Amino acid sequence: MKVKLKIWRQENAEAKGSFQTYTFDKVAPEMSFLEMMDAFNTQLITEGKEPVAFDHDCREGICGACSMYINGHPHGPVSGITTCHLSMRHFKDGETITVEPWRAKAFPVIKDLIVDRSAFDQIQIAGGFISMNVGGAPEANSIPVKVKNADEAFDSSVCIGCGACVAACKNASAMLFVSAKVSQFALLPQGRVEAKERVEKMVAKMDDLGFGNCTNTYACEAECPKDISITNIARMNREFFSAKVS
Amino acid sequence: MTKLNSKIPEGPLAQKWSLYKQNAKLVNPANKKKLDIIVVGTGLAGASAASALGELGYNVKNFCYQDSPRRAHSVAAQGGINAAKNYRNDGDSIYRLFYDMIKGGDYRAREANVYRIAEVSNDVIDHFTAMGVPFARDYGGGLDNRSFGGVQVSRTFYAKGQTGQQCLLGTYATLNRQVSKGTVTMYSRREVQDIVIVDGRARGVIVRNLITGEIERHSAHAVVLATGGYGTIYYLSTLAVNSNASAAWKAHKKGAYFANPSFVQIHPTSIPQLNDYQSKLTLMSESLRNDGRIWVPKTKNDKRHPNEIPEEERDYYLERRYPAFGNLVPRDVASRAAKERCDTGYGVGSTGLAVYLDFKDAINKQGKKAIEHKYGNLFELYHIITGIDPYVEPMRIYPAGHYTMGGLWVDYELQTTIPGLFAIGESNFSDHGANRLGASSLMQTSGDGYFILPYTISNYLADQIRIPHIPTDAPEFEEAEKVVKERIEKLLAIKGKQTATSFHKRLGRIMWDYCGMSRNEEGLKKAFGLVKELEQEFWKDLAIPGDEKNINQELEKAGRVADYFELAELMITDALNRKESCGAHFREEYQTPEGEALRNDDEYMYVAAWEYAGKSKEPTLHKEKLEYKFVEVKVRSYK
Ligand SMILES: Cc1cc2nc3c(=O)[nH]c(=O)nc-3n(C[C@H](O)[C@H](O)[C@H](O)COP(=O)(O)OP(=O)(O)OC[C@H]3O[C@@H](n4cnc5c(N)ncnc54)[C@H](O)[C@@H]3O)c2cc1C
Ligand code: SF4
Ligand code: FES
Repeated sequence: MKVKLKIWRQENAEAKGSFQTYTFDKVAPEMSFLEMMDAFNTQLITEGKEPVAFDHDCREGICGACSMYINGHPHGPVSGITTCHLSMRHFKDGETITVEPWRAKAFPVIKDLIVDRSAFDQIQIAGGFISMNVGGAPEANSIPVKVKNADEAFDSSVCIGCGACVAACKNASAMLFVSAKVSQFALLPQGRVEAKERVEKMVAKMDDLGFGNCTNTYACEAECPKDISITNIARMNREFFSAKVS
Repeated sequence: MTKLNSKIPEGPLAQKWSLYKQNAKLVNPANKKKLDIIVVGTGLAGASAASALGELGYNVKNFCYQDSPRRAHSVAAQGGINAAKNYRNDGDSIYRLFYDMIKGGDYRAREANVYRIAEVSNDVIDHFTAMGVPFARDYGGGLDNRSFGGVQVSRTFYAKGQTGQQCLLGTYATLNRQVSKGTVTMYSRREVQDIVIVDGRARGVIVRNLITGEIERHSAHAVVLATGGYGTIYYLSTLAVNSNASAAWKAHKKGAYFANPSFVQIHPTSIPQLNDYQSKLTLMSESLRNDGRIWVPKTKNDKRHPNEIPEEERDYYLERRYPAFGNLVPRDVASRAAKERCDTGYGVGSTGLAVYLDFKDAINKQGKKAIEHKYGNLFELYHIITGIDPYVEPMRIYPAGHYTMGGLWVDYELQTTIPGLFAIGESNFSDHGANRLGASSLMQTSGDGYFILPYTISNYLADQIRIPHIPTDAPEFEEAEKVVKERIEKLLAIKGKQTATSFHKRLGRIMWDYCGMSRNEEGLKKAFGLVKELEQEFWKDLAIPGDEKNINQELEKAGRVADYFELAELMITDALNRKESCGAHFREEYQTPEGEALRNDDEYMYVAAWEYAGKSKEPTLHKEKLEYKFVEVKVRSYK
């Protein structure tokens, strides 16, 4: 298979980036997208050129490192998966594939396809935890939790912090990401104690860092590789307003 | 021969840890603030240690190479985490967990350490639950359990097939709490390139800032390595592709002994390699063996679709060979049995290097929904990667490099042979002997970091309270930085034609063929020569574009591969030295007539701790004799 790759190249955070177009003819349909990029990079290196820098690690959809905006979609055209799970089966011979980094004010590009997502850590640092010291925990089964709550908390907790929701949103809002953590803890008795402070601090931090407002376009949910539901956003809004009035 | 001092406390097995804690020295809160600790790694081991030490009031600096601590490879653990809660009333106890690990490790682990980790396992579960980790629950609201290989009780706690993610994110949260309080400072996208020793003690690290390329010096009163395993030495493995041994290897070169380097776990159930471009093998959790049955056709080279092969023509070889444990035999046994079937021509799939893992019976009995609830995300993962729906057709699986029981030698205090340098989690060698049982690494990494290291490191630091912050302009820092910079320059100056990855692939192939699932003297000797040759080629023909002043991922890879060549030699040396089969270390010359591992307790009941003697010099072997005072040493049988 042969493809045309239109890739965003940017030397570093200060440099002005631009698209470069390359043809690459060593594509096999059974390659993953990142394996295609590996092979393409090998070609660049052999030609004495700099390979394309991109984030990746686990290559199995769980670490949240990979982050390519492919043909107008974060993680590419197939829904419910990360870039590392995207297969070249989904592309046609001769197709032009456009590859960009995440675009958001809060995620500055630092090289080629790599962005700085430390703003996500900042939000979690603001309140995404339960304040219990090591050694202070009660016996695990002394905190019974309904299966329904445990399952819902689990569904919210599987966010991998990739940032696709922000990249997908025209406002670059981080609501889906933040609401997932707020919901996980709001649904569990262990998390209720600090629920009010948590939601207030995390939302304030999110606003501070330059993420946009949510205008209910649902683009985040559609592009989230882990199917985090926008019902989390509704839950967070309820938590937030009840915190404000109490 | 130097005698290694493992510092095991006196007293009955069940009281050693309590006695140790009672007698350990403490550091008062005011002094803790004056003491700096470097923790390298943010996996379950590193993040739990950093947060627990931060809670105590130490000044902690925590490093990882990823952009966020949340991405450490622990996030990928799937199946579960063990604890001796005995919530099932099925005969479990701390002693039973301890016993299973000692036996599972084929009597090559240290009794006292293993008992201690079993002891703290329950605290780990309590802590995670309090932190909001959403473990699976029963309808009564209590925690649910499942079984893992090599045991006959259900003691594994889980969160679907994403237990590692949930435990790591819970720990990331405890870490964030300390970052918000200022006790922990996080340094992401940093790679530790060397350990600095001042007056015989570990006092700091030299780090490359992976964004700016700057070489930084960081000092502390003690250094903790929690850098994970070196399974990516095989290139293809179930680990994250950037996992590496560099920090541990540098510590080894500075004087820390490396123990049992050839003890590597090959996991029986990974998705087989599908093509040559592949960069990674994806694990299918061992938990699947709770309900999945493993088989191959009874006739060689049977090319029929698996669903067309009738029951009586299937060989459920694990159930046949090991009736007592069946599909739940330990990993080393299951891997070798799969290899045996494939090597003799019964393997399936296009390459013949695969066996079936079949859920048909479980789905018929429990219904698709129940199976989906337990393993939904794993089935989905399999479907995404292979295009085959495992609800209708059996999975194809094959063994893959997965976990390293070998690692830096540590004593009971988790301290290496360099004073002030500690190693925890997968980076140390201690608790799993020659074979790790499923779901016991998450237990060990978290136990080490949350509940053990905080005591043992305080015992060390109690003598250090009069030492002011360590200056980074000392000559030792200067020298270490110089060495790091020179190596980077040397790598960049080669300007050859082949990529670091191409060398890594070739190295991986050699190690897999000769120092993988089974080994023999001739093969190992051959591999040693091949590795040396390849290493020479690497230093002559490596290609790295760009320079060191920017993000340079090729430079990062090259550094890791360069270290892997050296570690590979040590692994082979260790495998050659151990003229017995035990656990995952299977020397073909030493097996029973039935093809089971044949130990030689008289000569090899020891931990092989290797001391670095210089580049290309034969390393020095130190033996830590293992004594079993609380269990009877037996032939390991799962029949
Ligand atoms: C696919 C898979 C599934 C598994 N499933 C299970 C399971 O179900 N149950 C179980 O008990 N075990 C499981 N394991 C094993 C278990 O996940 C690991 O052994 C464990 O998570 C290792 O944790 P760790 O903290 O020691 O290291 P890791 O989680 O690997 O963390 C290593 C850390 O060190 C950092 N680091 C490494 N080198 C450097 C350097 N030079 N400079 C700076 N930082 C560095 C990394 O950035 C990272 O933060 C599984 C393993 C795999 C691969
Ligand atoms: S909510 Fe979804 S898209 Fe957003 S960071 Fe989490 S996993 Fe990624
Ligand atoms: S590389 Fe980890 S999620 Fe894609």
